[in-house]
Amino acid sequence: MPLDLICPAGSLVSLKAAIDHGADAVYMGFRDNTNARAFPGLNFDETQAAEGLRYAHDRGRKVLLALNTYPQPDTWTRWTDAVDRAAKLGMDAVILADAGLMRYAVKQHPHLRLHLSVQGSATSYEAVNFYREHFGIQRAVLPRVLSLPQVENVVKHTDAEIELFGFGGLCVMVEGRCLLSSYCTGESPNSAGVCSPAKAVQWTDTPAGLESRLNGVLLDRYGKGEKAGYPTLCKGRFEVGGETYYAIEEPTSLNTLDLLPEMLKIGIAAIKIEGRQRSPAYVAQVTKVWRAAIDAVKKNADGFKPAPAWQAELNKLSEGQSHTLGAYHRPWK
Amino acid sequence: MNLSLGPLLYYWSRDDVLAFYDEAKRWPVARVYLGESVCSRRHLLRLPDWLALAEQLAAAGKEVVLSTQTLVESESDLKTLRRLVSDGRFLVEANEWGAVRLLSGAGAPFIAGSTLNVYNPETLGVLAELGARRWLPPVEMSRATLASLLEQVPDGMETEVFAYGRLPLAYSARCFTARHYNLPKDDCQFRCLDHPDGLALATREGEPFLTLNGIQTQSAGVYTLIGELPALRDLGVVSLRLSPQSRHMERVIDAFRAALAGEARAAEKLARVMPGPAVDGYWHGRAGLDHSAARLA
Repeated sequence: MPLDLICPAGSLVSLKAAIDHGADAVYMGFRDNTNARAFPGLNFDETQAAEGLRYAHDRGRKVLLALNTYPQPDTWTRWTDAVDRAAKLGMDAVILADAGLMRYAVKQHPHLRLHLSVQGSATSYEAVNFYREHFGIQRAVLPRVLSLPQVENVVKHTDAEIELFGFGGLCVMVEGRCLLSSYCTGESPNSAGVCSPAKAVQWTDTPAGLESRLNGVLLDRYGKGEKAGYPTLCKGRFEVGGETYYAIEEPTSLNTLDLLPEMLKIGIAAIKIEGRQRSPAYVAQVTKVWRAAIDAVKKNADGFKPAPAWQAELNKLSEGQSHTLGAYHRPWK
Repeated sequence: MNLSLGPLLYYWSRDDVLAFYDEAKRWPVARVYLGESVCSRRHLLRLPDWLALAEQLAAAGKEVVLSTQTLVESESDLKTLRRLVSDGRFLVEANEWGAVRLLSGAGAPFIAGSTLNVYNPETLGVLAELGARRWLPPVEMSRATLASLLEQVPDGMETEVFAYGRLPLAYSARCFTARHYNLPKDDCQFRCLDHPDGLALATREGEPFLTLNGIQTQSAGVYTLIGELPALRDLGVVSLRLSPQSRHMERVIDAFRAALAGEARAAEKLARVMPGPAVDGYWHGRAGLDHSAARLA
């Protein structure tokens, strides 16, 4: 089925919201650093995961488990246990980034469906096909760095299904190849499952304005009337060559509604919505809009035009209340 | 333990690159990594030029390794990669898994670069079976984690550690140097040429933080393990990677040679020619921008 809608489930309530509003599948993580949203208060223990699976399966939907951080040598069995648990629970797929863990999964659970995580940094069909040949991955999630023609070229040269990010937070760096967070705080998505972790964030009201710091490093300073966002490292304002600006990326979100007809034509298997850390209400609203949009494009791709109400709704939810087509649209680069 | 000259991460004029490697022929490094591993738009040296340089350095007694591009996006990137792999004269450092596929398919032994994200012995085992002979841990890996991993290192696998230079931290579709000049990436006018050691990024209170190098983001701090040679030796690390900088590279190498020979003042020698403040937090399991000497002071 092309253009499956894959929605984030940071909790059981979010999972139900996503399913109720039309997600074809949800993705979740266990409650530890085996996934790239290892935030306090988020994610599932085994009982909740089982309940979530039941809820989804009863309604004919799927649940994918993100195990997409890189296992560390001393705690290797935390990741292999998680793979075993996923198989036992009956997860529809596990989303992995690490080749060693894939090999374990293939050996121990040959029938468990594997997806290559965006954290695996596969940006070419040669890389995707590597994982397909060696570990039989069924699907690859591409990093948010390719233009649509480049994505199309990947799809043409692999048997693996291709999943793309459609909406939500925008990583401007190749996922899995960004260590900015650990450079600043000691913890990165690869090894700790977090980026710009909340425990390192500090807000201070100063005469010069509200300051956000990450482990003491000034990320931004907000004047009166400026809206302050979560201090993600790459979305701060910095000084380069005597100018102060968003040197890496503005606090903006990815929104690819406009590109849905092309994604359908190219043969994209699934669209992923980012945001396991977001509220159930957010998940419900975003899922509802994307369900309507995907249904509309499937009915009539040529005549598809995103409804103004959808865009307005999504803009309200976006970080910085602005959105971009990101790398899919070449001029952004 | 010997020294490796890492691939040139910046974009220099053709004359500067040729002059740099001409000098490198007589530097006391065991091996030299060559090639464009950052940005496919950089074209002042193309693959045949790098191969010609490789021949010259090999003739001068260096082990030559060709480094592949880290972010492969287009069919033309893949074409370059295939040509590099099929040349077959030199060892290749694979910096992403597409290169691993091509190299193992060709039956060629290779070096597993740090961006392959080898965090555990199982993944290193996969690479060993595919033909990797040497590997580099991710630059964020601590000494303690590396020690655990190496307890199960595959037979014959050599370990090289990034031991000096600004840390390559991130890669993007977007070019931050072009962005600084308000230019689109496709028409970047090759502004990287104006920044032979990258473009400095500071916080709004003027603290050096990062370095913009086209699509790559580096640390502002200069990673140095010159004080950690006994620990590196104990771990069985065979080679230290020194990352090229535009000035005083020979003196950097001399400082490391001195340290390897046990000279007490080697670190001081090095400090005089570093283009930024020293950092070594990653090695000690802390934030990368930390520096142990600063903490002790």
